[in-house]
Amino acid sequence: MAAFKLETRRIKCDVLVVGAGAAGCVAGALLGGGNLKVVVAEKAAADRSGCLAAGVNAVNAHVGEGRSPADYRDYAIRDAHGVASPDLLLSMSERLNWAAERLASLGAKFHRNPDGSFKTRSWRNLKVNGENIKPLLAAPLKKLSNVLLLERLHVTNLALARDSAGSRPRAVGAFGFFTDGGGGAAAIEAGAVIVATGGAAGIYLPNNPGQSRHKMWYPPFNTGGGLAFGVLAGAEMTTLEMRFVALRCRDTAAPTGTLALGAGAAQVNALGESYEEAYGNSTSQRVLACRRENAQGRGPCHLFAPEAKERERLECARAYFHMAPLQALRFLEEGGAFRKGAPLSGDRAGEDGIRVLVEGTEPYVIGGHTASGYKISTLRETSLSGLFAAGDVAGGAPQKYVSGSMAEGALAAAGAEKYLKDDDYLTNFGDHVFTDRISEHYAPHLSGSPPGYTTDELEEAMQKSMDSFAGGRSTDYRYSRAGLRMAGGKIRELYALSRDLKAGNPGELSRIFELKERLVVSLSLIAHLLNRKETRWPGFGEYADHPERDPRYDLFVNSVSSAYGGRYPEALESPAVLARDLSSGEEIPLPEPAEDVFLKEPAP
Amino acid sequence: MTIEIDSLNCSGCGNCAEICPGGLISLVDGKAAILRPEDCWGCAACLKECPDSLVSLRLPPALGGRGGFLKCRREAGRLLWLYFQGPGDGEPLVVDGEGREDGY
Repeated sequence: MAAFKLETRRIKCDVLVVGAGAAGCVAGALLGGGNLKVVVAEKAAADRSGCLAAGVNAVNAHVGEGRSPADYRDYAIRDAHGVASPDLLLSMSERLNWAAERLASLGAKFHRNPDGSFKTRSWRNLKVNGENIKPLLAAPLKKLSNVLLLERLHVTNLALARDSAGSRPRAVGAFGFFTDGGGGAAAIEAGAVIVATGGAAGIYLPNNPGQSRHKMWYPPFNTGGGLAFGVLAGAEMTTLEMRFVALRCRDTAAPTGTLALGAGAAQVNALGESYEEAYGNSTSQRVLACRRENAQGRGPCHLFAPEAKERERLECARAYFHMAPLQALRFLEEGGAFRKGAPLSGDRAGEDGIRVLVEGTEPYVIGGHTASGYKISTLRETSLSGLFAAGDVAGGAPQKYVSGSMAEGALAAAGAEKYLKDDDYLTNFGDHVFTDRISEHYAPHLSGSPPGYTTDELEEAMQKSMDSFAGGRSTDYRYSRAGLRMAGGKIRELYALSRDLKAGNPGELSRIFELKERLVVSLSLIAHLLNRKETRWPGFGEYADHPERDPRYDLFVNSVSSAYGGRYPEALESPAVLARDLSSGEEIPLPEPAEDVFLKEPAP
Repeated sequence: MTIEIDSLNCSGCGNCAEICPGGLISLVDGKAAILRPEDCWGCAACLKECPDSLVSLRLPPALGGRGGFLKCRREAGRLLWLYFQGPGDGEPLVVDGEGREDGY
């Protein structure tokens, strides 16, 4: 099977940015505009990578006329049912409008009023023809001589060093391999590392079957890689249990804001009743509303704009072309004459208005929408020295979206710059022999006989197990203590099996590591779900053993896996779980003793 | 599957393979081919990169599709979307992605 070998390139820089999304592009461009030598590593092509590959038609985090950053902070805390960091949110909110201006200066086509000001959808939303937002964000990386953009580089591990025995581990770089052509590994030594890789999709069974399995809302190529290498390096993670379940257009998983805010559509059940107000208006409650109506036999639920006609149909299509082209196609197909008067079989755009079926998606781990991700300081430094996080991998600050991720990219860049100034990091560079690590990590997958199963099959098994036992769609997002531990056992077993998978080319090796990343994230997620013994965000998930909100859990649930030293280990261990105060970030006792995912109990 | 490439007329420039976020497209005998169509996200990056508008995007029936498909064309720097009702449709609806000057 040993079809290819990985030769290692060794690269040195001041700052390594992993991931060229909204946060990574801004961080890389700001740092590269100074005197620092910057490497930006991107798993795909920076022009069309990550969740913005298709574009956006709205910038959803903005401080509008007559509002202040504190208003945005307070809104985000309310929406998160209290579990968010006021300080992180405020520092981000203060830079939201800067981010929109930066996007505009890069060439993004915002809708403008006659006086030149931004056209808004609400005080927090701006409209933009943002089909090309990704190439616009990536362009500076290609122009700056201090920035080396490495595309198709799948970073799998952080490199760590300790200044002395017992001191806090320090991130001194990372390594990975190129996924195209002949491959090759890259070892990047850096004074500081910014992780900006994105969240995790595809750990649960997705909405659509078989041939359409990847037609999900969050990109299937965002596999939680940056979260996984942080877990393996012992970085503290926060609030992973606040999974994001998106209320989306059925079939295409396209966002619904275009319809709700753009065409004035409201949720209605099959009886034509508007029901949202009965459930509250947080993001989680809006998902819950749709789920409960379905569960009580009043579904399927639609977004319904009764007054919308032909003009609105085409306008929706046009807006969706900037973000979700398949939903644009859906709107164009709705114009077919044969649909008139036919029994309702799905969506409908006709004389009786526009109706689009809505449903919840598979749960995602994504810090741009919820508070999940690395535990960070206001400088965006993680619990590891020299490692900064921004965007969808960074926790504590929900409701970031594009502009908030850009704001965090700027904050992480400033944090990394300060760290390099304060610290004589260069003198601390040891002679880290990356190449040993690389053969240790990749060689087992490059030779030997393949096992009797494939990467895809293990992925399916993972998704099925998470779906059934860790609150996926098939249980209407409910989970129990016993089920979570069952899922944990299965994840551990699948991880062990994944160590025997073989790759015939770099693309296959990438898919093996994507699976391993999802398994690592899944286990940490399970530990978090297990230990927040309440139901805080019922729309996103319900803990059957603890179905009510419990004020004792007005705190962050965090986790640390310190056993791995940055490596993919022989076996996965249950992470240590702790609690932190929502405002001060100080460690406080958990209301109930922390539980190990793999705790062994006598059979009943 | 979501994406289809007219490989017969493909010039082999490789733009689509370079841009695909999932690395799903390769040149096979000098022609672009989708190696793992079931892994496609439907982002349409490849449609926008093909200089000859040979890539089409469709909704499979399991996602409510009825045989229509999209293509992209660039004209004087503007991105145009072409909507075909089906394979026999010779006169696609052309949607200017930029919208009118007042922004819709």
